[in-house]
Amino acid sequence: MNKVVNDFSIIVGTKNGSGSSTANNTILRAIFKMGIPVSGKNLFPSNIQGLPTWYTIRASKDGYLGRREEQEIVIAINPDSFARDLASVAPGGAFFYADDIKQPITRVDIAIYPMPVKEIVRKDPNVPSDFRDLVGNMVYVGVLAHMIGIDMEKISAALNFHFKGKQKPIDMNLNAVRAGAEWAKANLEKKDPFFLEPMNKTDGMIMADGNTAAAIGSIFGGAQFVAWYPITPATSLAEAMNDYFPMLRKREDGKHTYVVVQAEDELAAIGMAVGAGWSGLRAMTSTSGPGLSLMTEFAGLAYYAEVPLVVWDIQRIGPSTGLPTRTSQADLTFTSTIGHGDSDSLILLPGDINECFDFGWQAFDLAERIQTPVFVLSDLDMGMNQWMSKPFEYPSVPMDRGKVLSEKDLEELKGNWGRYLDKDGDGITYRTLPGNKHPLSSYFTRGTGHDENAKYTEDQVVFHRNMERLKHKFVTARQYVPKPVVHSTKGATIGIMAYGSTESAINEARAQLEKDHGIKTDFMRVRAFPFAPEVDEFVKNYDQIFVVEMNRDGQLHKLLSLAYPESVINLKSVAFGDGMPASAKWVREGILAKYMQAKSAKPAKKAVAKKLMVKKAAKSGMKGAK
Amino acid sequence: MSALPMAGAPANVNLVGLTKNDYRGNPTTLCQGCGHNSISNQIITAMYEMSVLPENVIKFSGIGCSSKSPTYFMNRSFGFNSLHGRMPSIATGALFGDHTLKGVSVSGDGDTASIGMGQFKHVMRRNVNMVYIIENNGVYGLTKGQFSATAERGLALKKQGTNPYMPVDICMEAVISNATFVARSFAGDPKQVKELLKAAFAHEGIAVLDIISPCVTFNNDASAYHSYAWGKDHEEPLHDITYVAPRKEIMLDREMNAGEIREVAMHDGSTIILKNLEKSYDPTNRFEAIRALEEAQRNNWLATGLIYIVEDKPALVETYDLVDTPLNRLTEADLRPAPEMINKINALMF
Repeated sequence: MNKVVNDFSIIVGTKNGSGSSTANNTILRAIFKMGIPVSGKNLFPSNIQGLPTWYTIRASKDGYLGRREEQEIVIAINPDSFARDLASVAPGGAFFYADDIKQPITRVDIAIYPMPVKEIVRKDPNVPSDFRDLVGNMVYVGVLAHMIGIDMEKISAALNFHFKGKQKPIDMNLNAVRAGAEWAKANLEKKDPFFLEPMNKTDGMIMADGNTAAAIGSIFGGAQFVAWYPITPATSLAEAMNDYFPMLRKREDGKHTYVVVQAEDELAAIGMAVGAGWSGLRAMTSTSGPGLSLMTEFAGLAYYAEVPLVVWDIQRIGPSTGLPTRTSQADLTFTSTIGHGDSDSLILLPGDINECFDFGWQAFDLAERIQTPVFVLSDLDMGMNQWMSKPFEYPSVPMDRGKVLSEKDLEELKGNWGRYLDKDGDGITYRTLPGNKHPLSSYFTRGTGHDENAKYTEDQVVFHRNMERLKHKFVTARQYVPKPVVHSTKGATIGIMAYGSTESAINEARAQLEKDHGIKTDFMRVRAFPFAPEVDEFVKNYDQIFVVEMNRDGQLHKLLSLAYPESVINLKSVAFGDGMPASAKWVREGILAKYMQAKSAKPAKKAVAKKLMVKKAAKSGMKGAK
Repeated sequence: MSALPMAGAPANVNLVGLTKNDYRGNPTTLCQGCGHNSISNQIITAMYEMSVLPENVIKFSGIGCSSKSPTYFMNRSFGFNSLHGRMPSIATGALFGDHTLKGVSVSGDGDTASIGMGQFKHVMRRNVNMVYIIENNGVYGLTKGQFSATAERGLALKKQGTNPYMPVDICMEAVISNATFVARSFAGDPKQVKELLKAAFAHEGIAVLDIISPCVTFNNDASAYHSYAWGKDHEEPLHDITYVAPRKEIMLDREMNAGEIREVAMHDGSTIILKNLEKSYDPTNRFEAIRALEEAQRNNWLATGLIYIVEDKPALVETYDLVDTPLNRLTEADLRPAPEMINKINALMF
């Protein structure tokens, strides 16, 4: 039997609300501390207690963090999903199960390991009876640790982190892990080929979820006002702001420089953020699809009234009940035209944890520079799951507060200013902030129907002129938005485009396409809408461009088709949405299903774009302050 | 800009050196005789007489005839004509920009009691520091004469037939939602409107002013609850109200009657003097306030005056313990954590 080292997936089937997340996070963190690239994904129902839930852990020596569809190791703790879990083990895999589940085991092509979870916990007199189920989860951690080789020291470090150094719960859980490991040592014979061995591929890396990264990034961006309404999967973003504000913005006088308001609904949440942005605060809200729908009217008003604010949308599936705890990339077209009447949206598309942090602060600069709402589209997979990541980096440029006139500025201008007067010819006008004590500072804000001095008018010439200026402003915006990231291969014949959290699955699929099918690819991950000028070049360079995304209708494909009508014939949609994070398998199969051999025989002509083909585009995506 | 009065200043200049003209807005575009215009005029007068610096006020409104009116007063104040029913959220966020500013907001019965009921109730419980005026005429004017949620049951309107639903009592809703200042008035009683406006402005926290303001175009039939004629016949003031600014020299101008007089001290040192008309009414007692509103309803009275006030509840911004400098004047030094914090944060991640 050939050993399989550091390249397999584990899935744990439990009931939600059973406390298994501590156990699963412990496995994840211990593997990470062993230096092995690892990702963890919680696949959970919209429910508090009792329904089946799964946690997948993937160890990947090559550093692929996307979801894998095959599970080599399955741990079954939930009788309700036992049969399904047993069937899901890949041939040649391993099946660990709690031996109090008395159900038929029909597989002969896998290794079977019963675990006396309940018995082991009952034997420990230090575990109170009401803690037995919780601590019981640690028994499977111990059994697994012994069987595949998870370092006990690293498990201890993970528990120490989880319980913030509190010795009593650390000891109680660690004892259960040890008891599980000892039992396995004495009673189980290794019959599967899966092993973990220490590496050094996570040195200097951190583990975090995207919502925490976004919250901390926003605080480094000087966030001052957050209004929000609870909604999965965005809730943990606002809660993380509550967690980190006190530490990051601590002052000697103990006073606060920030405000967090839990609003009565999403209408009020964005309304407050619009009010705060209008009065000069770095204002934001966070939500998911249904909330974004409710925010539509205010988003349109903010576009017309030219109010800066940041809206994080942690994308998930669908309205109402159904799959609200499943990931998605299906809010893109909706966001791109949010509001009624003619509109433009400025959208940032983070693709990893670092970008959640970076776009956290950059979004404020962009919103205040362009004076418009900035939408940041993350997703549940990125937002709520733990990802390994490079450490966060301090903002590379000072804050850009945009065009704001103070009392002194107004004095110098002798009051000669107009709120919507395009003095610089870039479509971006100057604003004043409430509290400005200059007698000529004030203006009256409304939606449509104002002239250059913010005076009410329904004059069609003035209205039309203002609409054209707004359009011009979004042309200006293209030079400020983050540039796309390009991964290139020498001799590539096709292009791939995507956005957001699918990057790792796509890179894995690209390696497979090259290795197994001889298809070399260049990959551009777009990071903003409107598209940066670099996108113009990329779409011209390939006969076939596969646009990969997690939705049904190919939303990025649609936006690219609208922006680049001359390239429509070359743009092929590889869209798939079932609520699960992207896997290399569907990316690869989706591309192969539409790939035309004859069309892209020769390497793409990339004369113009060659300078863009860097392994990873410069990290400072945005232009700095004026 | 000096805010101090100077000896020998012209008589038409107030304590901050401004004339009444400095408080005016654009010419109204509402119908002639509209109650809203009368209210706008009283806002101008009240702010002038209180020597409020216009730059210290932000005007807010939603959508409707009433919500147009902030353009008709105080051009030197910032203003935001927002969305239908959503003025409270805009104001809540905007007033955090500079905690030294005060909101003066105008809404209507449709804007508040129909589409905006949710935000209305929640801005009460948050105690946002602003005057919340509802210019209440029982009818949608800008869309030409539909029933609003405050229209009385049985009201007949051209094109609409008869209103089959019970009305919303805005003051009752405000008291129940823990508003800290609730008053009702009638646009046809400008003196009372002005005194209540002053008291509302001096109040720290949310001050609701439900002003019956007849719609001369769509709802001014003599039998209609929101008409001039009905209001004049049925107004039952709870008291004569006088606002006294926190300055002794003005206090001396006032004649005090014994017995029925009740003084309510405001946080800024000013007082409201209530001369109760028939019985001793205590506006600091929430139970009595609800009883008075219920009694008025049963007797078909238009009970006007200061219905409820509580002075010791902190306004929203105070509960956040903010820095003294207005938040919108803070700079990068205050807002961006120091460079060394990035390592601390990374260490906190696993």
